[in-house]
Amino acid sequence: MEKKNKTIHPYIPNSVPEIQAKMMEYLGIKDIEELYADIPQHLRFKGEMNLADAIPSEYELKRHVEGILSKNLSCNNHISFLGGGCWQHYVPAICDEINQRSEFLTAYAGEPYEDHGRFQVLFEYESLMAELLDMDVVNVPTYDWCQAAGTAIRMAGRITGRREILVSDTVSPERLAAIRNYCQPVMNVILVKHDPKNGVMDLEDLESKSSAETAGVYFENPSFLGFIEHQGDEISRIVHTHDAICVVGVDPVSLGIIRPPSQYGADIVCGDIQGLGVHMFFGGGLGGFIASRDEEKYVMEYPSRLFGITKTAVDGEYGFGDVAYERTSFAEREEGKEFVGTHAALWGITAAVYLSLLGPNGMKELNTTILQKSRYLMKNLSEIEGVRAPYFNSAHFKEFVVDFNGTGKTVQDINASLLSKKIFGGKSLRSEFPELGESALFCVTEIHTKKDLDTATQAIREIVEAVNTQDFREDG
Amino acid sequence: MAKDKTNRVRKFHQAKWDEPVIFELDTKGERGIKVPEAEKEIQEQIGDGVSALPENMRRKDPPALPEISQMRVLKHFLRLSQHCLGADLNIDIGQGTCTMKYSPKINEHLVRMPEASELHPWQDESTVQGALEIIYKTDCFLREISGLDQFTFQPGGGSAAILCMASIVHKYFELKGEPGRDEIITTIFSHPSDAAAAAVKGYKIITLYQNEDGLPELEALKKALSERTAGLFITNPEDTGIFNPKIDEFTKLIHEAGGLCGYDQANANGILGITRAREADFDMCFFNLHKTFSSPHGCGGPGLGALGVKKELRDYLPVPLVEYSGKSYSVNFDLPNTIGKMRGFFGVFPAVLRAYAWIMSLGAEGLKEAARVAVLNNNYVLKKIRELRGASAPYAEGRHRIEQVRYSWQKLKEETGVSTEDVICRMADFGFHLWTSHHPFVVPEPFTIEPTESYSKEELDEYIAGLEKVVEEAYEDPEKVKNAPHNSVVHKIDQSTLDDPEKWAITWRAYLKKSKNW
Repeated sequence: MEKKNKTIHPYIPNSVPEIQAKMMEYLGIKDIEELYADIPQHLRFKGEMNLADAIPSEYELKRHVEGILSKNLSCNNHISFLGGGCWQHYVPAICDEINQRSEFLTAYAGEPYEDHGRFQVLFEYESLMAELLDMDVVNVPTYDWCQAAGTAIRMAGRITGRREILVSDTVSPERLAAIRNYCQPVMNVILVKHDPKNGVMDLEDLESKSSAETAGVYFENPSFLGFIEHQGDEISRIVHTHDAICVVGVDPVSLGIIRPPSQYGADIVCGDIQGLGVHMFFGGGLGGFIASRDEEKYVMEYPSRLFGITKTAVDGEYGFGDVAYERTSFAEREEGKEFVGTHAALWGITAAVYLSLLGPNGMKELNTTILQKSRYLMKNLSEIEGVRAPYFNSAHFKEFVVDFNGTGKTVQDINASLLSKKIFGGKSLRSEFPELGESALFCVTEIHTKKDLDTATQAIREIVEAVNTQDFREDG
Repeated sequence: MAKDKTNRVRKFHQAKWDEPVIFELDTKGERGIKVPEAEKEIQEQIGDGVSALPENMRRKDPPALPEISQMRVLKHFLRLSQHCLGADLNIDIGQGTCTMKYSPKINEHLVRMPEASELHPWQDESTVQGALEIIYKTDCFLREISGLDQFTFQPGGGSAAILCMASIVHKYFELKGEPGRDEIITTIFSHPSDAAAAAVKGYKIITLYQNEDGLPELEALKKALSERTAGLFITNPEDTGIFNPKIDEFTKLIHEAGGLCGYDQANANGILGITRAREADFDMCFFNLHKTFSSPHGCGGPGLGALGVKKELRDYLPVPLVEYSGKSYSVNFDLPNTIGKMRGFFGVFPAVLRAYAWIMSLGAEGLKEAARVAVLNNNYVLKKIRELRGASAPYAEGRHRIEQVRYSWQKLKEETGVSTEDVICRMADFGFHLWTSHHPFVVPEPFTIEPTESYSKEELDEYIAGLEKVVEEAYEDPEKVKNAPHNSVVHKIDQSTLDDPEKWAITWRAYLKKSKNW
């Protein structure tokens, strides 16, 4: 018997009353409520959840959500210079084609048998990243760079049995906040100063803070502020003399041309794969990687899944499975290394596709384009009176600090004016790096055309000059 | 279709492409994609760009990535995808605790809109009002569903949400001046991360074991309590699908001892609208949006552990929070006691968007119906499995379960020598996925089934028929089951290479160096 007003929902096949009746008959119950007998009445929620009215039709739901999303302005139809941990790169069509496949999108934690493809593709991801990083071990992705850095540092702590981590004071402030939380109360974070002129690490400060308590050093290259740390060899030499570990965060996109950290002494390398074929998704496209040499003392400290290649019962057949599963919290709960769970596997699959498409030449060309275009914008902006780019006297990759202190204008005001011209200006560094004053972090990638860069330069010139004229009048 | 009406299993065969590893497709000179070059004028003005790099920072040898033309890259990864089942293809009820429900396709279309996918998290607030609205409204929905007062979407998964709870507990007692509280209590049938992620914050873990009803004892909890108790992290219903009816007495005892209570609701699929964190007096709870709230699992993420707290703990949450003035949405970084950051930016926005759309599609009644049907489906499957030779459902004999059940093949193992692992391998031959359970195996030869609301009665019957078939074979021809899979992509893998440091190869380059030791 069909109850009046009973909704049959497309997502819930057994909401059909006749089916429910059959199932209940099999169970010998009259009402589904009987199945909740274990939940005592005093723990029951007696009210009604005050949610919005349901929109059961797919078309109306689509219209409703599109209506909300249409209030957003996207980087698709604006010129954006925002970077700093989430970057607008071109996403090749095949990356989306693969990560939308039902087989990958809706699988989870299957076995090497019915989900063989998941194991192979993530093994390939690890392997492709390993070439880029020039290291022999890479994990199945963790949440993001914040988590990767936190774990890399905790690994260094466990490997050395020490509690102090020296962290460059130019790392991403968000990341530093996450690292601090992740280290506390097991490890102490000690900041190392930078050279105010060129941004690179103050080696004297590093020396003076390194000791027998030092588990390692952590810095980022290219740094959050965009400059390239060229003293990698010296930094790793200093920490290695204290038997400490060199941990480097790196933008993998840069490694088509820039020397990978393993080649200047890094023992553990980490970073984010969002730039490798994943959309920004308002910051939801992040995925963290950790890499190291293939040494047991390192491998056994990873909390992450590590997929390895193996033989099968059939000669010549590749099999894949978990390497050293017993180290994980899945196997050992609190006795395992940190914890493992659902992280960012789909973005690992996507990055594998990306690196396979680009290959060594694509990565090199991509890097060349980014280096040229970012330098072009720096040069053009510096020609505007009162504007200086880059702020730091060092080489840069795709990001750089633009110094607006000489314009008498705040970054906030400049960005507001830019927005009216459909440009998202660089991120203001005012609150996180107050010593830089009115400065902004700009990001230029392969997606910026010369026209975009010229348009932005012209817009900034107009904004800065208009303001200067006005100031002059007011002063007069 | 080939499956006859008596509900026997399909004549399934998994795709088997015998696909090489990507590096074996390398053909020097081929290209997968062209990237934009800098315009001529830029090149003329700037030069090659590379010479601006310090000599010692230039890479000497290019990365040894493979060179492959575009269609071959596509084909390779499509073939690998076919070596994978996914909830869209199989009757994915065998991955208990993970809530493998339907992830509506419309939501995939929505997250791919440029107004969602091409947003930078540092855009000006005025340009992302839609995204902030989705976040804020989903927060409000989850407040209703939990009875708590404020949610954060920072944790990237359930384990991160547990770490977030542990971080809040830690900060809370630090500011309260009670640093001696260094113990977290959990139960053996709560997720391993309830213990593991809490231990990352330096906590000593006390694990309560089950009684014959599968539940932790109040007396055991009382013994575990002391001035060192910082909190309780617990699942309910636990992984057995048994609801702890005394849960409010547990939280009461913890509160009396001065601790905080965190409710692991990674999987809340059976109790939406039925019972909430509020009624059981939890201080915090979290929902995995990739489980109960339909965001797809993505082979293991990105997911999201949405963490909610009572208003007293709001100021401890990671930043930023999204707020609404009545006119516009804004971002608040100014929380006095914040633990800081769990991850970059706002969390996994696509997961929030999908959860929003899923909740909007169902509404309050629909959510309750989803829960009720998930429980109906589970108890239907429970009764069917209890009728299977060799299978059992330990604990709480004769009682109903909520959304899942932890079963045992112990009898099957004793009588036929066929283990859970073997059954899993054989199920793959029929296009089914079955999972063991979280370690340690307190239930011997365990398997956990969670039917959710997404599968029809006929599909549930088909899955049961698969189990029946394997059981039948186990008793008649156990070797066939032990040597499975036969119709899958691969055959039994050699585990020994994966556990031996001399042999394991986590990357292709390591394989090239080490496979000679195999």
